[in-house]
Amino acid sequence: MKRLFPFAALLLLVGCDSQPGTWGWYVIDPTTKAGWTNVQFLMRGFTSTIQVSMLAAVASIMIGLFVALPSLSPSRWVRLPNRIYVEFVRSIPLLPMLFWVFYGLPVVLKSVGINLNIDPFWGAVITLAISDSAFTAEIFRSGIQSVPHGQSEASQTIGLTKSQAMRYVILPQAVRRILPPLANQFIYIVKMSAFASVIGMQELTRRANELVVTEYRPLEIYSLLILEYLVLVLIISAAVRWLERRMGANER
Amino acid sequence: MTAAVRLTELDKWFGEFQVLKKVSIEVSPGEKLVICGPSGSGKSTVVRCIANLEPYEGGALDVLGGEPGAAGRGEVGMVFQQFNLFPHLTVLDNLTLGPIRALGLSRREAEDKAHALLERVKIPDQAAKKPGQLSGGQQQRVAIARALCMEPKVMLFDEPTSALDPEMIAEVLDVMEELAAEGMTMICVTHEMGFAKRVADRIAFMDAGELIEVGTPEQVFTAPKSSRFADFLDKILSH
Ligand SMILES: Nc1ncnc2c1ncn2[C@@H]1O[C@H](COP(=O)(O)OP(=O)(O)O)[C@@H](O)[C@H]1O
Ligand SMILES: [Mg+2]
Repeated sequence: MKRLFPFAALLLLVGCDSQPGTWGWYVIDPTTKAGWTNVQFLMRGFTSTIQVSMLAAVASIMIGLFVALPSLSPSRWVRLPNRIYVEFVRSIPLLPMLFWVFYGLPVVLKSVGINLNIDPFWGAVITLAISDSAFTAEIFRSGIQSVPHGQSEASQTIGLTKSQAMRYVILPQAVRRILPPLANQFIYIVKMSAFASVIGMQELTRRANELVVTEYRPLEIYSLLILEYLVLVLIISAAVRWLERRMGANER
Repeated sequence: MTAAVRLTELDKWFGEFQVLKKVSIEVSPGEKLVICGPSGSGKSTVVRCIANLEPYEGGALDVLGGEPGAAGRGEVGMVFQQFNLFPHLTVLDNLTLGPIRALGLSRREAEDKAHALLERVKIPDQAAKKPGQLSGGQQQRVAIARALCMEPKVMLFDEPTSALDPEMIAEVLDVMEELAAEGMTMICVTHEMGFAKRVADRIAFMDAGELIEVGTPEQVFTAPKSSRFADFLDKILSH
């Protein structure tokens, strides 16, 4: 039953079309000039989707690591800021946070004397980075905690400081536990970047929306859009698996 | 001469549970002390306090003339039951990490030193391997060499042969005996009584968090003062 559902949904979409029951693949038919122009228009969204996602991911990793560090302390009070950040940030839905950053943050900044205009691109980067960092922080925490305690004890007895132990002993081992879930988070960022379309960023989804408005072919255009995300995600997955294999080969 | 390590009525709790009860003992420079006792008696805890891996709540602990944490980097070497080698690094990098990062040696100096020490623990040709590719006995010898790379003044051993298959115990004990012969100050938690007889200046017996008895090997093996120690030795030696 479940498998039939997408089909039924597709047929419904076909039914929504101005000419019920006909398929209009010509809008994105790369063999015709008009179709090819449309495809090119849609595909140009890759650049900003990838740029936004990559920048957000890098920022999220840096924030996440920074937020995760206090969570490793034995002291409840040192851990507290970490808990507050993680619980607070991950409870905010992405869309409201996006609106808040895009429309609200400049006002907040202005009130403290910083005149900064946040354009849709950076609004999306900031929002995705913050939203994702709560999850990244948790991934770092559990990855670091998965390294046996004896490793930091051994580091201490050979004279390493806490941060040296973290850098040369703990993190390199934690990375193998951290990387797969981190890659999943990157996939999540790529998909969530679609929300940036609502504040006017010209990424994949925005372009698809714009084309739908002029061409009235939602089924075909959104189908291609889904394919575009599928390709992106498959490439990321392949890259991660390659990386994991390489690190696994280094280990033994 | 002042003591290398001095415990004075050391008390330690894990929450409500008192693991160490007024443990007092002195170890002079160059001395070899073997600590034995039943499982859970607090032997590891004593050694871990000296290594500054555990805090203590009462009494005093003096290591190389100061608080445990005040000793120079790597001056108190520790060998763990589970080796605790760094699995992501080669044997060579396991050895050079401390000297390079904590002592500021150049890679070249550190590697020369590491190779010399691998020679000394009789595994000169395994430098490029990862710890996971070595036998348990080899891993423990690497762990000893890793500690020695820091030029420690005291070496602590917490049951270094307990995780090893029987045929590998001797190769590790041999290395420890040579180290002892070179004059290293050593505190070894071990139940290898043959090793204790040959190497120890004194043997300490712990039970239930208390240091029950300390004596030379001749003393304790011929006439232990406490009956608990006698029973314990009976069990271990008949085994
Ligand atoms: N981190 C800890 N938290 C609570 N209890 C502990 C901890 N470590 C050890 N203990 C307890 O302290 C006692 C002594 O432990 P240990 O020093 O490891 O004994 P031994 O090395 O002589 O076997 C044991 O009863 C053990 O269960
Ligand atoms: Mg123990």
